[in-house]
Amino acid sequence: MTFVLALTLAACGNKGNNGANGAASPSESPSASGSASPSEEKLTGSILATGSTALQPLVEQVAQKFMADSKYSGITVQVQGGGSGTGLTQVSEGQADIGNSDIFAEEKFKDADAPKAKELVDHQVAVVAMAAVAHPKVGVDNLTKQQLVDIFTGKITNWKDVGGADQKIVIINRPSSSGTRKTFENYALGTKTEDLPGSIQQDSSGTVKKLVAETPGAIAYLALSYLDDTVQVLKYDGVEPTVENVTSGKYPVWAYEHMYTKGEPTPVVKAFLDYMMSEEIQNADVKELNFIPITSMQIARDANGNVTQK
Amino acid sequence: MNLSYKEVKRDTAVQASKPFPKHRIEEWRGKAYVYVCILVLIVTIFSIVYFIAVRGLTPFVSGGVGVGEMLFGKVWDPDAEQPLYGALPFLYGSFATSLLAAAIAAPLGFCAAIFMTEMMPKLGRTVLQPAIELLAGIPSVVYGFVGLSVIVPFLRHTFPGQGIGIMAGAIVLSIMILPTVTTIATDALRSLPSGLKEGSYALGATRWQTISRIILPTTLPSLLTGIVLGIARAFGEALAVQMVIGNAPHIPDSLFESAATLTSIITLSMGNTTLGSAHNNALWSLALILLLMTFVFVFIVRLLERRAKR
Repeated sequence: MTFVLALTLAACGNKGNNGANGAASPSESPSASGSASPSEEKLTGSILATGSTALQPLVEQVAQKFMADSKYSGITVQVQGGGSGTGLTQVSEGQADIGNSDIFAEEKFKDADAPKAKELVDHQVAVVAMAAVAHPKVGVDNLTKQQLVDIFTGKITNWKDVGGADQKIVIINRPSSSGTRKTFENYALGTKTEDLPGSIQQDSSGTVKKLVAETPGAIAYLALSYLDDTVQVLKYDGVEPTVENVTSGKYPVWAYEHMYTKGEPTPVVKAFLDYMMSEEIQNADVKELNFIPITSMQIARDANGNVTQK
Repeated sequence: MNLSYKEVKRDTAVQASKPFPKHRIEEWRGKAYVYVCILVLIVTIFSIVYFIAVRGLTPFVSGGVGVGEMLFGKVWDPDAEQPLYGALPFLYGSFATSLLAAAIAAPLGFCAAIFMTEMMPKLGRTVLQPAIELLAGIPSVVYGFVGLSVIVPFLRHTFPGQGIGIMAGAIVLSIMILPTVTTIATDALRSLPSGLKEGSYALGATRWQTISRIILPTTLPSLLTGIVLGIARAFGEALAVQMVIGNAPHIPDSLFESAATLTSIITLSMGNTTLGSAHNNALWSLALILLLMTFVFVFIVRLLERRAKR
């Protein structure tokens, strides 16, 4: 960062900056970032990032490092959860500086709300990949796209129809509003699915994993970071869900983690986003928390699903 | 305000001649404090009701959804091309779980109350009552997790089905509302005039005859109040139920099949939807239904209390 600015807002001065107190309240942050003057060396201000619970642990960890860095000691970052929808709403209404989201804003703000998505600037900070998983005793380790579609639309209801044990299939889904489900539907199934009678819906990945491991005949999908021996990981059209296959573009079931700002980010917010994108974070914290570094992706994909080679 | 009676009296005697004697000021101060508290309370309640009503009525006012469609529609599919907002499965799930929970908790609560008041008052007062009241202090997420780890696997092994469903939800809720039912029943039994019991014993009635013919009929309205309050609590409980009920938006065929309640569907999707979207507004409508149901429960409790006084 060569572009160093100072902010002259008294409320966000030295006193108010220790910890997550009122200084981080959303109403103050825009004005804090607005009144910049190049008289001092350090950036000061506060950032409120809210939204996706999937992305929250990463943002929190990076925020801790960021605030510990002496270069940015004047900046307070507060991170909250609440879900992608909440994050997008709050950043769009100016209540938060950054809205964390698992999916593109265009997919949430539709119809009458579509202009709201246009105001938001997308910062893709990481990639999360998902794999279909099943109860360990179903006797299947690979499903084609068509088989997955048939299972999740209720056409196939027994594992023996896809070459497995004679066991009824129990679908463990995410709520229809969930970003994880949208990703799975968009990139694994290619179609929207309805909530079938008897299917289970859970929003938390931990609960989903527990249920898959315990319920005979269960099928679900989980982020790669949740995979272990308690569940059977299913290959997708013969492709194993691994980080290498995601970055090279062979495995399609993945999504960006977005950090949206309303308009171009202010210097304070930009400093944080740049820090997030820096090599030391992407290659350490991002990997450590089982996200895929955005920098390692060899392909790019837009909101409509068009893939381009980088 | 905190002065003892004696001090107040002395002050009065000393300052009686002054235009604003101290006790007057104290009285005025106390009154002002109480009025401010009441005002805050009323404003809070009305703003909550107003907020939920405005948001919850939006789908009906804007013409997107009919009241009948919402209350009696069987299909809930807010993310479809043609969104459907039928909340009947949730109403059914909410009523089924809370009534079933009350049916389980009521006999347990009554028996515990009778044991604590009639049979072993000392043990009841010192050990049993604190133990039951302790149940009220356990966070609901703990109940949910215990339900998911103990009750759901037990039901899955014992009955056909996935274990998850209305029965699991009802069992978890019954434990949660047990303190309410028991405490109110115990208070009612303790406040019973001892002459009634003694008269019954004097006429040669056995303990069981006294309990079943005298004590239970006399305290019935209070016991019912406890049950209704328990149902109201069960109706509004979200997290624990959400974890064990499965959340499929359908009316289930059995007690062991995935179902949903009003609260579970609200908690599942509220964070994922953006404020002001049709889906989000429909969730507020569900919240409004919940609120109205709570009013109904409060009304029933008042009716019962009036009957008890007669």
